[in-house]
Amino acid sequence: MMKWHVLVLAAMLMLTALGIAGYKWQVLGYPVKPDASIDTWLVEAKLSFEAIGGATRAALNVPVDPPGYTVLDENFISRGYGLSTESAGTSRRAVWTTRRTAGSQALYYRARVVRSTEPRPPEGLPALAKVPEYEEPFGAAVLAVLDDVRARSADIFSFATALVMELNATQPSPNVTLLIDGANTAEEKAALAVQMLASARIPARKVYGLPLVDGARDIQPRTWLQVNNGERWQTLDPLTGAIGLPDDVLLWWQGEAPLFEVTRSRNAVAQFSAIKSVEPALSTAASRSRAEQASLSKVSLLDLPVQTQNLYRVLLLIPLGALLIVMLRNIIGVQTFGTFMPVLIALSFRETQLVGGVVLFTLIVALGLTIRFYLERLKLLLVPRLAAVVITVILLMALVTIASHRMNLEIGLSVALFPMVILAMTIERMSIVWEELGAGDAIRQGIGSLIVAAACYLLMFHPQVEHLVFVFPELLLLVLGITLLVGRYTGYRLTELRRFRDLAK
Amino acid sequence: MYFAWPGKLKRLGVVGLNQRNGDYISQLNRRSDYPKVDNKLITKQLAVDAGIAVPELYGVVETNHDAQRLASLLAPYQDFVIKPAHGSGGEGIVVIDGRQGRLFRKASGQLVTLESLEHHVGNILSGMYSLGGQPDHAMIEYRVRFDPLFKDITYQGVPDIRTIVFKGYPVMAMVRLPTRSSDGKANLHQGAVGAGINIATGVTHHGVFNSMKIDHHPDTGHAIGGHAIPQWDVLLRLAAGCFELTGLGYLGVDVVLDADKGPLILELNARPGLAIQIANGTGLAPYLRKIERDGNPKASVEDRVSYVERTLADTPAD
Repeated sequence: MMKWHVLVLAAMLMLTALGIAGYKWQVLGYPVKPDASIDTWLVEAKLSFEAIGGATRAALNVPVDPPGYTVLDENFISRGYGLSTESAGTSRRAVWTTRRTAGSQALYYRARVVRSTEPRPPEGLPALAKVPEYEEPFGAAVLAVLDDVRARSADIFSFATALVMELNATQPSPNVTLLIDGANTAEEKAALAVQMLASARIPARKVYGLPLVDGARDIQPRTWLQVNNGERWQTLDPLTGAIGLPDDVLLWWQGEAPLFEVTRSRNAVAQFSAIKSVEPALSTAASRSRAEQASLSKVSLLDLPVQTQNLYRVLLLIPLGALLIVMLRNIIGVQTFGTFMPVLIALSFRETQLVGGVVLFTLIVALGLTIRFYLERLKLLLVPRLAAVVITVILLMALVTIASHRMNLEIGLSVALFPMVILAMTIERMSIVWEELGAGDAIRQGIGSLIVAAACYLLMFHPQVEHLVFVFPELLLLVLGITLLVGRYTGYRLTELRRFRDLAK
Repeated sequence: MYFAWPGKLKRLGVVGLNQRNGDYISQLNRRSDYPKVDNKLITKQLAVDAGIAVPELYGVVETNHDAQRLASLLAPYQDFVIKPAHGSGGEGIVVIDGRQGRLFRKASGQLVTLESLEHHVGNILSGMYSLGGQPDHAMIEYRVRFDPLFKDITYQGVPDIRTIVFKGYPVMAMVRLPTRSSDGKANLHQGAVGAGINIATGVTHHGVFNSMKIDHHPDTGHAIGGHAIPQWDVLLRLAAGCFELTGLGYLGVDVVLDADKGPLILELNARPGLAIQIANGTGLAPYLRKIERDGNPKASVEDRVSYVERTLADTPAD
C-alpha cells in the first residue's frame, strides 16, 4: 500500500515538473540551453511636422496586441507634450497635446517586439457594416461579380479569396474592370474588397502592417485585407489572395482611421524604422511571459533582485547534490564523512575551481589532522577540542591565503570560502576513524568523501544543469520524485553485491 | 568472482541494507521504542524489571564533576567495563580486567592510568561515541567472565552471541569472536570473526572474517565449527523475551555466556547488521517470510522458542 502511495506521489511530482517545464519551454519560449538567444525587434515610428503655432494635437495609431508578436515594452518620446492613449475597439492611438509650440517637431513611439506563437483568444463577430449603396451600373456589376464568386466558393474565407483573385485577374471581366477603375495599389484593392464584401454581408477590414527589415530607416506600411468568419479574422493579401500574414510583418493599425492626424501643422509625415537585436533568450522569455501575463511568470525567480537571484542560483543546486548523495549511498553504497558534507564542500569548490579546491581541501585537512593528533595528547574535552580545531583551521586558512598571495597564486585567496566548521568536523570524524579503524580506513573514507564532493561539484555546476535548474526550478519536483522513489528502493546496493559475493558461490 | 549477481542473491534470500531499512526496520520498529535500546541504561532497567539476566550495573557517571569521583566509584572493583550509554557499534567500550598497583590493565594487556580513564569518561560524557554527538552518560558494569567454551577460538575480549529476533521469534544467530585485529572487540566490521549457529540446536558451523568465509580462527587456528553452545534454550528464551521488553519487531540481541551466571543480555540493537547472513552462509529472507506466514503475535515466549526449535532446525549446513 505504502509502496503504491509513494509511486503515485512520485509520478505526480515528476509529471507536474515535466509538465510545467515543458510548457515554459514550448509555449513561453524559455530556453533549455544556457546561451540560447532570440531575435527581438526595436520598431520606431517617428511623427515629424512643422507646427504653425498655438495648441497642437497629434494622434498616431500604435499597435495593440499584434498577431504573431508580443510587445515586450513600449516608449513614447516627446518633449513638452502631454500624452494619453486612447483605445477604441480594436485600435489604439497615442495622443500628444501641447498648448503652444512652433517650428519642426518630432514625436517618437518605440516598441520592442518579439515573435510569439501564443494562440490568440477568439475574437467575436464585429458589427456588420452597412450595405453600401451603389449607383448603376456599379450596383449591377457588384452583384454580378459577387454571384460569380459565390458560385466558386465554399465558405467565407474561400469567398474572400476568390473575390481577391477576381479583382487581380490578368484578364478581368468587364464588370471587374468597371469596378476597379484604375485602383491598382494594395490599399485601393483592399478598400474595394471591403466594400464589396460588405455587400455580401461579410465583415472585412483593412489592416496596415510593417514588413520588418533589419536596419531599415523608412519602412512603408502595406495594406492587407482581413475577413471575419464569425470566429476569427483571416488575413489576405489584397494583391495575390495569399492567405495569412507573412511572419516578418508586424500589424500596426487597422480600420479606416488614418495613421496619424496632426492639427495646426504642415508637412506632417510618419516614418518607420526597425532594428533587430539578439538578446539572451532567457530575459526575452521572461519579459514576454510577463507581457502576456502568463500566470507562471508570477512565480519566476527572474524577477528577484540580482543578488537574491545569485543566492538562489546556488541554493537550487543543493537538491541535485543531495540526490547524487542519495544515489551514491543507497544505490552504490559509498561511505562518506557526514551525510551531506560533500555537497557543502562542492559548494565551496565553485569559487576555488575543482583542482584548486581539491588541493586546498587536502592541504587543510592534512594540516588539521596533524594538529588534531597533537591536541589528542593534551586530553582535552570534546567541545573545547573541536573549538581548538576550528580556530587552528581558520588560522591555517589565513596562512595559506597569505602565502599564496605572496606567491601570486590567485587560487589561495578563495580558501576562505571553505565552510570551516564543516572542515573541523571532517577532521574530527576522520581522526576518530583513524584511531578506531586505522589510517587506511580513515584515508579511504577521506578520499571517498573528496571524490563524492568532486562528483557533486561536476554535476551541480555544469553550466547546462545550473541553467536548467534556475530557469526551470520546477524540475526540483522531479528531483524530489526521484528521491522518493529511491527512498522506497529495497534492492541491493552495488557494494553489497561484492559484500555478499561469497554467499552466491 | 568479484561481484554476485543480484538475481542470485535474491534467490538465496539475502536481505540488503535498503530492504532491511525499508521493509523491516521502518515497518516494524517504532521510533518511540528506539530509546529502549539506544540508551543502555534504560535497556538494563527494563531487563531487570522483567527479570531478564543482564550484567550488574556498578555505577553511572553523568557529569564531568562525577568523573572526579571515578577513583572512589571504581575502588571496590578489580575488573569492570566502561561503556557509553548511547554507544553504537562497540565504540567507546573499555574493558579493564585487573589492576596493577595504581594502574589498570586493559583486556589487551595494555596498562593505563586513572587519568586516562577519566579522560575517556570525559569523552563519553561529551558525546564522542553517541549517535549525533549528544551528551552522554558513562556506565560502569560487571565484566563478564566468559565461558571457557570459546577459549580456543577467541583472541582476548568477550565473544558474544548475536541473535536476530523477528516479531519475537529468534531467526538467525551467530557468535562473534574477537581477534587480534578487532582489538578484543566483538564487532564484525572492526575485524571480529562471526560464526554461524544453527538456530534450533545451538551448534556452530563455519565463520566469516572480514566478509570472507573461514573455517579456523585467524589467530588461534582452531576450528570454528562444531561447538555446541550450552543452555541454548535459555539463550533463545532470553532473546525472544526481548521482543516483549522493547516492542521492536526487528531486533538484534547480544548475549554473552558468563562462566558463573550463564547467558546475560549485553545489549540490544534496533538496526542489527547483515553480516550474520554471511556467517550463516544463507539469506534471512526465507526465515522472515516463514515467520510472517506462521508467526502468531499472541504466542508466548515458550511457544515461540519451541516453534523455532521445531521448524527452523534445518539451517543450511556449511
